[in-house]
Amino acid sequence: MKQLTTPISDEAIRDLKVGDSVALSGIMVTGRDAAHKWMIETFIKKTRAPQGEDMQVYEELKKLLNGSVIYHCGPVVAGLDTKEYKFIAAGPTTSIREEPYQADVMKHFNVKGVIGKGGMGPKTLKGCEETPGVYFHAIGGAASFLAQTVVKVHGVFKMDFGVPEAMWVIEVKDFPVVVTMDSHGGSQHSVIDDASKKVLDDLLEKPY
Amino acid sequence: MRDLTNEILELIRRTSSSLPPDVEKRLKESIEKEEPGSAARGALETIMKNIELSRTNSTPICQDTGTPIFQVHYPVGWSTIQLKKQIRAAMEQATKKSYMRPNAVDAVYDKNTGNNLGGDDFPYIHFEETESEELTIELMLKGGGCENVGRQYSLPDNTLGAGRDLAGVRKVVLDAVQKAQGKGCAPGVLGVSIGGDRGSSYIKSKEVLLSEMGTRNSDPKLAELEERLTSESNEMGIGPMGFGGKTTVLDTKIIGLSRLPASYFVSVSYMCWAYRRRKMTVKGEEVTYD
Ligand code: SF4
Repeated sequence: MKQLTTPISDEAIRDLKVGDSVALSGIMVTGRDAAHKWMIETFIKKTRAPQGEDMQVYEELKKLLNGSVIYHCGPVVAGLDTKEYKFIAAGPTTSIREEPYQADVMKHFNVKGVIGKGGMGPKTLKGCEETPGVYFHAIGGAASFLAQTVVKVHGVFKMDFGVPEAMWVIEVKDFPVVVTMDSHGGSQHSVIDDASKKVLDDLLEKPY
Repeated sequence: MRDLTNEILELIRRTSSSLPPDVEKRLKESIEKEEPGSAARGALETIMKNIELSRTNSTPICQDTGTPIFQVHYPVGWSTIQLKKQIRAAMEQATKKSYMRPNAVDAVYDKNTGNNLGGDDFPYIHFEETESEELTIELMLKGGGCENVGRQYSLPDNTLGAGRDLAGVRKVVLDAVQKAQGKGCAPGVLGVSIGGDRGSSYIKSKEVLLSEMGTRNSDPKLAELEERLTSESNEMGIGPMGFGGKTTVLDTKIIGLSRLPASYFVSVSYMCWAYRRRKMTVKGEEVTYD
């Protein structure tokens, strides 16, 4: 298993190939539907005027995301009243919902990795080549275990989105992932899809 | 009538945080089938660690605590109105205690109710009167990711060459597995129902998942098809999480229903590895869980 710590260099990303198991450490940021839509509309396409603290958050995010990782995760968090946050359950959510936004977010913020489950489509794969970046597949459902790899919660932005949708700045230690889309155009998802389709076609030909 | 709210709360806690032993055993056995050092094996090892951790800490196995599906068998004399109230009260408390994530979203107004209580339909409760003296409540938590990869077919299906017979059923189920890839958090368990109308067909394909791993249909023809579908699904090499590997489907359960002469539905419900299913039995004063 490879070890990587954020911020991750372009060379380290280019070194990664589909199928590689990686233990990730360092600081990363969670973000799902609301966060991606907000980043695109407010800072990238600029179809929506920044409101409230948006510009300050943007400056912080630029620093945090540069060379780092976005995690598609809607965590269960304890300590909301005291702000002594602790992640209780933090597995990946389905990534494909961010397909319209992901590549632009990666390129704009120089995001080196996206963690989620289920894989993403051609637009993101192209984004991985251009940034360069990779898609890391986490273990779907392993919520308690993955929460334990979160050693510290540094803070949170956009709490107005609600706990699962807010952008949590977390520090992880040995968070296990598998590279399923790399920066060379490789996608484990399409390989497995094609191979299993061939087996299926053979099975359908078999007599009962 | 006795108030079972606390006992039902305990049922919810157990279901959400402690995977049934038969499921855990299957998952453990599948580790040995995957290559050492492979992503598939790594995924299964992480899953095993997660199962243990959740049990020790009473935390949800998966943060998606799913659709709660209750099956209640009640002896003559119990009030289903009261039981329903108690189940709903327990569900609300379980959410406060973080055994359950708030998971009921009003589909029209896009608002999460915050307490896992929707209209009359959430949580889903099915009541059945029984001649037995024992009251049993079964609970299954059915996650959203795996629910999204479920499929229903209306046979004949010409694109798959699937006719209105068991040969056709086999074809569409294999198609559903291929289309699901790893997206339902494979390895999964298939619940298949043959016949019914669109509604009853889907409901039965979930109810059949309440039985233990390895339970075979009493009809030898269907029992054989169950075994065959499990092994042929695994030939496709999709593997845990879709990483590629030998374990895609852990078990298949089939139920045959009546159908109209005009219809032939086959419904496939996909249950993720986080196959949360528990039962409580009330016998006199005694309440037991398994
Ligand atoms: S499919 Fe199952 S294991 Fe996967 S995220 Fe949903 S509930 Fe959890």
